[in-house]
Amino acid sequence: MSQKQEEENPAEETGEEKQDTQEKEGILPERAEEAKLKAKYPSLGQKPGGSDFLMKRLQKGNYKSLHWSVLLCVDEMQKYFDSGDYNMAKAKMKNKQLPSAGPDKNLVTGDHIPTPQDLPQRKSSLVTSKLAPRFKRFSCLSLLSSWDYRHATPRPANFLIFL
Amino acid sequence: MFPKLSLRSMFHGAGGGNDIQWCFSQVKGAVDDDVAEADIISTVEFNHSGELLATGDKGGRVVIFQQEQENKIQSHSRGEYNVYSTFQSHEPEFDYLKSLEIEEKINKIRWLPQKNAAQFLLSTNDKTIKLWKISERDKRPEGYNLKEEDGRYRDPTTVTTLRVPVFRPMDLMVEASPRRIFANAHTYHINSISINSDYETYLSADDLRINLWHLEITDRSFNIVDIKPANMEELTEVITAAEFHPNSCNTFVYSSSKGTIRLCDMRASALCDRHSKLFEEPEDPSNRSFFSEIISSISDVKFSHSGRYMMTRDYLSVKIWDLNMENRPVETYQVHEYLRSKLCSLYENDCIFDKFECCWNGSDSVVMTGSYNNFFRMFDRNTKRDITLEASRENNKPRTVLKPRKVCASGKRKKDEISVDSLDFNKKILHTAWHPKENIIAVATTNNLYIFQDKVN
Repeated sequence: MSQKQEEENPAEETGEEKQDTQEKEGILPERAEEAKLKAKYPSLGQKPGGSDFLMKRLQKGNYKSLHWSVLLCVDEMQKYFDSGDYNMAKAKMKNKQLPSAGPDKNLVTGDHIPTPQDLPQRKSSLVTSKLAPRFKRFSCLSLLSSWDYRHATPRPANFLIFL
Repeated sequence: MFPKLSLRSMFHGAGGGNDIQWCFSQVKGAVDDDVAEADIISTVEFNHSGELLATGDKGGRVVIFQQEQENKIQSHSRGEYNVYSTFQSHEPEFDYLKSLEIEEKINKIRWLPQKNAAQFLLSTNDKTIKLWKISERDKRPEGYNLKEEDGRYRDPTTVTTLRVPVFRPMDLMVEASPRRIFANAHTYHINSISINSDYETYLSADDLRINLWHLEITDRSFNIVDIKPANMEELTEVITAAEFHPNSCNTFVYSSSKGTIRLCDMRASALCDRHSKLFEEPEDPSNRSFFSEIISSISDVKFSHSGRYMMTRDYLSVKIWDLNMENRPVETYQVHEYLRSKLCSLYENDCIFDKFECCWNGSDSVVMTGSYNNFFRMFDRNTKRDITLEASRENNKPRTVLKPRKVCASGKRKKDEISVDSLDFNKKILHTAWHPKENIIAVATTNNLYIFQDKVN
């Protein structure tokens, strides 16, 4: 309540007091916001620039983890036990059902050799950007040489030689 | 000397952000509201001549647009930008050692100056930088003796006559190929790349380290800045951006999360942990709040084309620094001061951590940066006037002059003004680019690319 009064008063001041008010207003909005935040989250760390927060930020690459205290860190955990765990998490997030493993559904773990159809889908990187909608996607393998899928590399004997 | 430019847009006499009337030119991208994450644009960059415009997105794709060559007879407007090439630059990866995913999002694209017929650019995600060669092919050899036109080999015994193969024109094909892959040099996420004025080396910066590479050498790089403390408990700030000086090949700057910029001279020592200059504006301790450090974190640093000034972007303002004066900026422009009274909710919805970029115009007289609600702002350094414009499909008739927008901070809202509370914080313009020679700007909203140009009579 008192917070609101603080914010309302400066708006009412006029004239010579304006400059003074503006200086105060520079402080008040931020402090008022700070008070709001602390009221909502009393456990927020005292030192926002503390090293724990920066560490979390470095792991995740997300600046937010810099400032949230541990309790409020919602789903920031990006660590996975291994790649299988990672794939399962991704599959869950997309609500994908793993296709059933063929006619025999009561498989004992270890009896079934995984096939590409059974594994959760990796996200497709082959879709053309919407900024270039009618463009045929140029497919390029990550080879360190120019790769042209339309023409086989001409053999040296077929090159034109200009004399 | 500048046949293509109208008098108005001559390099030296370019009017300020307000003398120019900005018009809608083009918009690229899908209209649908449901934006796929892969389509979020993550970087925009003109090449050195301005003829090419590259965009990178969260899906690891690069799309390059090329400006049409103007028809000199009808110069109603400057050439339009059309798709020139698109390719998948980076793929998602998984770091098995740390059990972390590596996003394919393109963080930055930087063009190399053109040396021959091909174009080169560097693109980077969090961990790997790639040098791409984009080349054109418009002729193909035809009339081989041992090969059919479709590539199948002929049986040599069926060849009865010989002919001379010739080059015939074909539909233009633009090929992109990765020429160098610079990998495994960064433990933390790469936030910047910058090509040196020697055009042989470049730097890449992550949260704690900056590495110097040679464009030809991929298996090693020099570490030139390392701010990682021996004891990670003592970590207080991270590197947020870095750039080479446009003219001095020995000078570079890097900005920090605490709002400081350090200028380093590589001639001083191999490891530039000790800065040559430290740019920091003193803060009034009585003004300090929980948010002070967060909003002072610099999200972008850009040298002026002249090399005398540099511009930094923090959450609420744009500051211009004279390299000769370290203790305070020479100019400060408020981008959206009205957000200062919304910091609490901006912290809760993470917007306070948004990384806005900024850019100079070709003559260094106007600077531009993005804001929320698909607004972007321009500040004219000479006239001290500023303007707020909106990137929206509502004004998408070509040559429609954009109407200036205004945000009302509090109190009575005038007609045509928008109140702070009705701003859409999901519509943010983080990436903008200004053509190096003309008044053409590229503004990226979440998944659309807008191109605006000044009104040509």
